Amino acid sequence: MDLDQKLSILADAAKYDASCASSGATKRDSLGGTGVGSTGGAGICHSYAPDGRCISLLKILLTNRCLYDCHYCINRRSSNVRRAAFTAEEAVRLTLDFYKRNYIEGLFLSSGIIRSADHTMEQVVNVARTLREVHDFRGYIHLKTIPEASPELIEQAARYADRISINLELPTQQGLDRLAPEKNLGRTKQAMGRIRVKLDDAADRKRGGDRKLRHATGQSTQVIVGADPSTDADFLARSDELYRAYRLRRVYYSAFSPIPEPSSILPPAAPPLMREHRLYQADWLMRYYGFSTSEILTPENPNLDLHLDPKLAWALRNRHEFPLDLQTASRDQMLRIPGLGVKNVDRLLGIRRLTLLRLADLARLRISLPKVRPFIIVADHHPAREGLDTDRLLARLAPKPVQLDLFGHALR
Amino acid sequence: MHCVDPGESFTTWRAAARGLVARDVPPAEVIWEAPVTSLFESAPVLAPPVGRGGAPAVPPAFVELAQTVACHADTRRWALLYRLLWRIVKGGERRLMEIASDADVAMARMLAKNVRREIHKMHAFVRFRKIGEAEDGRERFVAWFEPDHYIVEAGAPFFRKRFANMDWSIFTPKGCAHWIAEEFQLTPGVMRNPCDDPDVMEGIWRTYYRSIFNPARLKLKAMQSEMPKRYWKNLPEADLIEELSRQSSGRSQAMIETPLREVKRAPVNAYLDHLRERSAPVEVPEDPADVADLSLTDVNRMVHACRHCPLWEHATGAVTGDGPDNARIMIVGEQPGDREDLEGRPFTGPAGKLLDQALAEAGLDRSGIYVTNAVKHFKWTPRGKLRLHQKPAAGEIEACKPWLLAELSRVAPEIVILLGGTAAGSLLGSGVKVTRHRGVVAAPHVASRVILTVHPSYLLRVDELRKESEYRQFVADLKLAAGGS
Repeated sequence: MDLDQKLSILADAAKYDASCASSGATKRDSLGGTGVGSTGGAGICHSYAPDGRCISLLKILLTNRCLYDCHYCINRRSSNVRRAAFTAEEAVRLTLDFYKRNYIEGLFLSSGIIRSADHTMEQVVNVARTLREVHDFRGYIHLKTIPEASPELIEQAARYADRISINLELPTQQGLDRLAPEKNLGRTKQAMGRIRVKLDDAADRKRGGDRKLRHATGQSTQVIVGADPSTDADFLARSDELYRAYRLRRVYYSAFSPIPEPSSILPPAAPPLMREHRLYQADWLMRYYGFSTSEILTPENPNLDLHLDPKLAWALRNRHEFPLDLQTASRDQMLRIPGLGVKNVDRLLGIRRLTLLRLADLARLRISLPKVRPFIIVADHHPAREGLDTDRLLARLAPKPVQLDLFGHALR
Repeated sequence: MHCVDPGESFTTWRAAARGLVARDVPPAEVIWEAPVTSLFESAPVLAPPVGRGGAPAVPPAFVELAQTVACHADTRRWALLYRLLWRIVKGGERRLMEIASDADVAMARMLAKNVRREIHKMHAFVRFRKIGEAEDGRERFVAWFEPDHYIVEAGAPFFRKRFANMDWSIFTPKGCAHWIAEEFQLTPGVMRNPCDDPDVMEGIWRTYYRSIFNPARLKLKAMQSEMPKRYWKNLPEADLIEELSRQSSGRSQAMIETPLREVKRAPVNAYLDHLRERSAPVEVPEDPADVADLSLTDVNRMVHACRHCPLWEHATGAVTGDGPDNARIMIVGEQPGDREDLEGRPFTGPAGKLLDQALAEAGLDRSGIYVTNAVKHFKWTPRGKLRLHQKPAAGEIEACKPWLLAELSRVAPEIVILLGGTAAGSLLGSGVKVTRHRGVVAAPHVASRVILTVHPSYLLRVDELRKESEYRQFVADLKLAAGGS
């Protein structure tokens, strides 16, 4: 099989992994070295696929042969897809050839599990080691690891990679038992715990002046949404725990996607992509806006509203907190106003020390006035409290109703 | 009226602007373009020599913004920048740059944003083609890019750092950048791509682009907002977009219509057997008496599977005892903390470090001691971004007690050191208080010698004044275990 054919199989096999970011690596470049590569703070998307997702890294599997039988996965052992495997040398060449043409920021390498967790990890680590040590490659490397791999191998992976990750896939053990019988939530958490300890130690050594140390700066994970009955509350509670306990950089939410070769115990249709989007918004609110999961979702409503973004939904449930005077409100309060992002809140805090805020100021900061107006007070705008209390507000802010289709499959 | 043509250069504009400010020429009296006719009487202003001291002092934020805005192709940018400069220097608006919502500042920031975005797109969308190798083996690459703004100079350092060990040229209509034999050079723009032979890797790159696209998620608008059509003609993969989009609904329909595949039986494989063994459910007896005959290994396996209280749910895993199973001394703490939870071993965090130090000072070797906790899971509550330690409740201590008793009976230590109230409560009952009964306590059902002292995390919390004396007292308590050996 030629390289082109292998690539078409092994990139196809990797495309269901949502993570693609190349941000957050330690800054470095190829000046003074023999190879190519640099990483800055922010990642670069070198292209976009027609599915709207960014292409930043060469995202491939080393092989799509796999012992595991995870039902949501195209590469599971009972799937009938064509199988292929790159040699380490092929994966290295592709990375370098693409990188030198400025097609990519680096490599995202994962693999089906062959023979054993350790054997697989050794192969994956070997590619990263060759790139770093033989070719002095200084671009971005993200390695996918397996919780059951030995801690020494995961430590080696962290030494060559900028980011390492272990996919959790489903938020509960019951879900895993049904759809991914080889996976185990407890073992995944233990592996994430060990990785966090190593990352913390490396960060301490860096702070202590160890400039030579090269070590991954973060870990992330992915969960699949809509393949099992887990609610949004299940996902967010798990994410919150993962962020706190293991300092994950990101939890990626990947809407379950129909795959060729579907398994008989999967749901018949994909969940709405909007659900994935809402989970990202809610996740963002937890990490950057000071919301707790219990404010975003309640036991009575364990799923996010597909029609309203979670911040607006929260504000409508908590109208008594508004309107807020932008001239005097605290940063934490302002972060809870629908339509205001972190950047604009910080800008407004700077501006209001020097001048009185008016609606025109907000417009020039490109803040959406229809969205924020009901929730704020500025020098030339004092909304009537009663206005906030009516249901008309919801009618005004919610998107226009969509006509149901003939068969009554309303948007969930 | 003054006519000034700064061309496309920030440096020329700055020199002219300094001259105009020095001569008190207000913004309304400057036209920032070359005089076309002789209608205007004054000649173009050339910057009068302005010494360093003579240049008006402006905030660094303005200089930074102006340098970026200067790269924009909008001809109104020079007038805008001069107006801002005038307002700052002559209008007394020293802090103008901080008012992002001011009309002029907002405009300048928007132009700067366009420029930064275009620099970013240059970093993203420049596609090098390999055209050969130099005699010394350095590979040689060229690229063609068509930016809207004058960004080549600002965008080039990125490529220099990234591709320091290749030779490359980026040609654009608005300037060209070259890095050849470790020499950097900027040259004027060229009107057409000087090298339009495709590179062999372009075919493979297109294969990648085709394969990484998920037809079940077509989102063309999202794609176009990040990769506008004007860039497409120089991206080797872009002409696949139409074909991929057209085929996507058919491809996803075909997937949905594929007959479902039955779950296959697992193959015979040693590694899978090993995984299954590790995941096999462990029966945990409800009655503590039922663990009496089990080995320490079996007990620990059950501790990991224990669901007698809800603490397991948000902990990483159980933290069982650590040390020789025939140790003469056993230390019992409260519960694992953040670090212990992550590492799966007791006393590895800050309190553990302090304990190690105190043990050493008391003449005790930790490696010979069995160290464990009264409660086996980390109990925490969210606080900010952290997991904050929470005291275990009586019910949780009670739920864990059988495990601690099992450890105690297997290790059968001569001496037991209880650290803090939780450990004391678990083994001696709630009537025993550390403050009152500190030191040797009589508890023959636990061990022949039982020592009660504070938990080392107390020493971390106690105020500075008492820290030293409390620590001394702690070491003295530990020494009660050292004697007689």
